[in-house]
Amino acid sequence: MANKFIIFVEQRDGEIKKSSLEVLKKGGLLAVAMRADIEAVTIGNEISNLENTGRYGVSKITHLKNTELANYSVSAYTDLLVSFADESNANFFLFANTAMGKDLAPVLSVKLNSGIVVDCVELEETEGNLVATKPVYAGKALTIVKSNSEKNILTLRPNVFTIGEVSDAKAEVIVKDVEALNLSNKVISVSKAGGKLDVTEADIIVSGGRGLKAPENFGMIEELASLLGAANGASRAAVDAGWRPHSEQVGQTGKTVSPNLYIAVGISGAIQHLAGMQSSKYIVAINKDKDAPIFGVADYGIAGDAFEVIPALIEELKKN
Amino acid sequence: MKIVVCVNHVPDTATKVNISSDQKTIDKNGVTYVVNPYDEFAIEEALKTKEASDGEVVVLSLGPETNKETLRKALAMGADSAVLLKTDLALDSLSVAKALADEIKNQETELVFMGKQSVDYDSSIMGQLVATLLGYNIVSTATSFKLDGTKITAEREIEGGKETIETSLPAIVTAQKGLNEPRYASLKGIMTAKRKVIEEKEIQVTESIVDVLEMKKPKAKEAGKIVGEDASAVPELVRLLKEEAKVI
Repeated sequence: MANKFIIFVEQRDGEIKKSSLEVLKKGGLLAVAMRADIEAVTIGNEISNLENTGRYGVSKITHLKNTELANYSVSAYTDLLVSFADESNANFFLFANTAMGKDLAPVLSVKLNSGIVVDCVELEETEGNLVATKPVYAGKALTIVKSNSEKNILTLRPNVFTIGEVSDAKAEVIVKDVEALNLSNKVISVSKAGGKLDVTEADIIVSGGRGLKAPENFGMIEELASLLGAANGASRAAVDAGWRPHSEQVGQTGKTVSPNLYIAVGISGAIQHLAGMQSSKYIVAINKDKDAPIFGVADYGIAGDAFEVIPALIEELKKN
Repeated sequence: MKIVVCVNHVPDTATKVNISSDQKTIDKNGVTYVVNPYDEFAIEEALKTKEASDGEVVVLSLGPETNKETLRKALAMGADSAVLLKTDLALDSLSVAKALADEIKNQETELVFMGKQSVDYDSSIMGQLVATLLGYNIVSTATSFKLDGTKITAEREIEGGKETIETSLPAIVTAQKGLNEPRYASLKGIMTAKRKVIEEKEIQVTESIVDVLEMKKPKAKEAGKIVGEDASAVPELVRLLKEEAKVI
């Protein structure tokens, strides 16, 4: 059977998510290597710039459209994807490992009777099949995994696969109005945490820990993050103390992140925290205790007082 | 109402992980096992729901004999009975889901809680798989949960915010940190739990379709340089980030 890929392109508020572009790009490269067909599908109401998906390696994207689909509904989305998959006869389905992708992909895997491997950080073709690298124990170990099913669903961790160079090709956008939706499970409202960038999607993260001593001292962490266009992160200690929301927690009972730059301030580096951030491309540690384990994974460190170093860092960045 | 909670027995997050000689699993020597942290929120939510509606809570776990420690902890917190689906095999997610779904069907429950993910394999898919096998509604990664008759209103965490979901029973809800504050087991609870019988059941093993070919440690990150010991090192740090790392 000829291989065929379907890439699920996720939209929120009518905008395509960056993590979906990463999946498109990786799927496009794999399809070329495997001489496979590839097409994309998206679900929503009004969605901007769908033709731009062509830049990342697909020539055709189908937009399943209904006003009721502007917000996510696991029941409606999966039913639509099952029909789409049946018609297209694809055998590889790629999703971004986002809140939506993580929710949808396993439901779809049961409905399509397919194998599923989530949170892939590497994906390679071997003898016509895909072999994935999937971190386990929050990244303390890696597994190399293969699905032996005819159909396979894979989700790709955001921020790991790069978008890289893009072409100026445009994708053909096919809009299909869909009706009779299964809305037994639907999102009725969405609230934003002040438009804040999520740690799993950020290129830069500035995280604070117990060394900051009090919640009000996170003001300088927020200022530094905003200067760098970064997301705010926190250690488990800071979250458990009630200083920061759990959505910011990085580590084994929080989020696993792989930004380009991770700045750890006042974080000693407990093993569960290191597991969640050590795949960051560059790590900066600022901590008073020069023997703290965080320095063992840091590319650059300042073994000094955060209350002096961070204001100085903010000043220095403002100068430029 | 009868409520089922699925729980897992996993290495403590403070544990260092070493790979066993089979190169496919971790070396269990010297590893402390605990209740999967997200399952504690699931147990608490089930107990709260039971207390509000007068029902019973059954805890369910799949794995070896040692999983009974986690089941006992759930009983000590207030669960009424426990079932161990006993197996020493390392199964893939779908096989585990099928075994859990069979037992949930057997329990004739309409509401199931479990942690949003197990902190060993970190897949975050079990609730969705089991719900779909059973034809139940799914609410994954819930940070709030409200049941009104058969109607469910719940919040789930998404990137940079939350979304509110409406659905209905029968349903599986997977718990995220923030859903509640798990209670401590009382001394009386612990004593009662010791006397309770944990029912053991065999499972039907289905063939795994996802194989782990190898497990390995990630490349160790090497320690870099300490640029300085006070604020005077800041200009050099900024220069390195701009010119060497090229990340700002």
